[in-house]
Amino acid sequence: MLAIVDYRMGNIQSLCNALSFLGCEAVVTRDLDTLNKADKIILPGVGAFDAAMSNLDRFGLRGGLNKIAARGQTPIFGICVGMQILALSGTENGFCRGLGWIDASVEKITPKDSVTRIPHVGFNEVTLRPGNADLEDAIPGSTDLYFVHSYHMVCRHPTDVVATVEYGGETLTVMVRRNNLWGAQFHPEKSQSNGLKILRKFLVS
Amino acid sequence: MLKKRLIFTLLHANGEYMLSRNFRVQAVGDLQWLRENYDFDAIAQSVDELVILDVSRDGRDIAVFADTLRKLVSNYFLPIAAGGGVNTLDDGFRLLGAGADKLVVNTALVENPEGVRQLASSFGNQCVVASIDCRRMGGEYKVFTHNGQKDTGLTVNEVARRAVESGAGEIYLTSMDQDGTGFGYDLELAASLDGTIQVPIILSGGVGRYKHLCEGLALDNVTGASTANIYNFIVGGLKKARAHISAEGIPMAKWDYNLIALKNAGAVKTGNLS
Repeated sequence: MLAIVDYRMGNIQSLCNALSFLGCEAVVTRDLDTLNKADKIILPGVGAFDAAMSNLDRFGLRGGLNKIAARGQTPIFGICVGMQILALSGTENGFCRGLGWIDASVEKITPKDSVTRIPHVGFNEVTLRPGNADLEDAIPGSTDLYFVHSYHMVCRHPTDVVATVEYGGETLTVMVRRNNLWGAQFHPEKSQSNGLKILRKFLVS
Repeated sequence: MLKKRLIFTLLHANGEYMLSRNFRVQAVGDLQWLRENYDFDAIAQSVDELVILDVSRDGRDIAVFADTLRKLVSNYFLPIAAGGGVNTLDDGFRLLGAGADKLVVNTALVENPEGVRQLASSFGNQCVVASIDCRRMGGEYKVFTHNGQKDTGLTVNEVARRAVESGAGEIYLTSMDQDGTGFGYDLELAASLDGTIQVPIILSGGVGRYKHLCEGLALDNVTGASTANIYNFIVGGLKKARAHISAEGIPMAKWDYNLIALKNAGAVKTGNLS
């Protein structure tokens, strides 16, 4: 059973629609027993870092999710803000601690030029980093994926970085992996067929 | 490199697909008709984003609109912005819960900026699209609200600045003069926006030909080009439009339009996950 963490952050329905199209009927839940039993977990999210963390706390999910992640048996995929909160900390609306599963911080995008607009909205070309041959069928060459965000993850360990985009003269980390943990800044459920391929990859991995 | 966006705007009222000319709307058929006769699914697979607006002139019912939205978009995997009378957090939850990713606000920008601010702080700036309807009057652009029926007396820059201050993450800029004419965008309207407005701009109103989309997207501050006229882009017209825009040197995203191959790639059954 695939469980989507329901912590009132964003549009879970479109994620369910995409999974359902791929033949996977996900369970949307904030029940820790269900999450413990899940074969795979998706941590979705649209919105601000601090709001996401405070909602995890409000629903009493932080400790339980930490245990599941520490056990390391369950693949977990964080999407958008769900990826960002995998980091140690964020700075949106002030400093805020994250789940800390990835050694990274989340910072405002600071373009090197004056014409680049924030938020970063639209499809952008995602390039896989070397060492991720198993993802080449899902993210071949440069793959256009949909973004909408103003903050980005800055990883301490280059080996966690799976894919990047160029924006405003900066190279932004947009996908990370560490063991069973996946994170994507783009929206695979909103990137037409390019995104569905990546979701499918997670489902069959 | 960030790609420019081709956007289809679906005008909707009481289950009907609407065409608009200078903001006078006319029903042309229900949404089922639209899917069957104009292959709306193919349209949704060939654009970067959908904007779906409830343009009912009276008796707007957000619950009915949300229900229509839910049924329409369940197999569309692209960003969807929805609006028409959005004012409150409750409106936001309804439309986001029905499959929208962004909320389009128009009249509320002028009449209820506090409501817009609440939407932006609850759902994020990226979730709020400021729709600004403008008419050229005496050498400047004036903003109209209430489906283009009320003259606010404010200029486009005044409203755009307020929109950004209230937390809007994008501006959807419509020329009421060009709307539905097929004569092309009002390019001066986009150019008249002051340089301090740094959020992405979507241009709307007037597209009749591929060339018009290119003209809009060629502007530096315009990141999205919208059309609401299905008749100009029948039989794969929007796919051809994408190819045409790319050939003009404007960067456009690419993806495989064929979703069926993915759907049939072998079902990923929940029970099989391990």
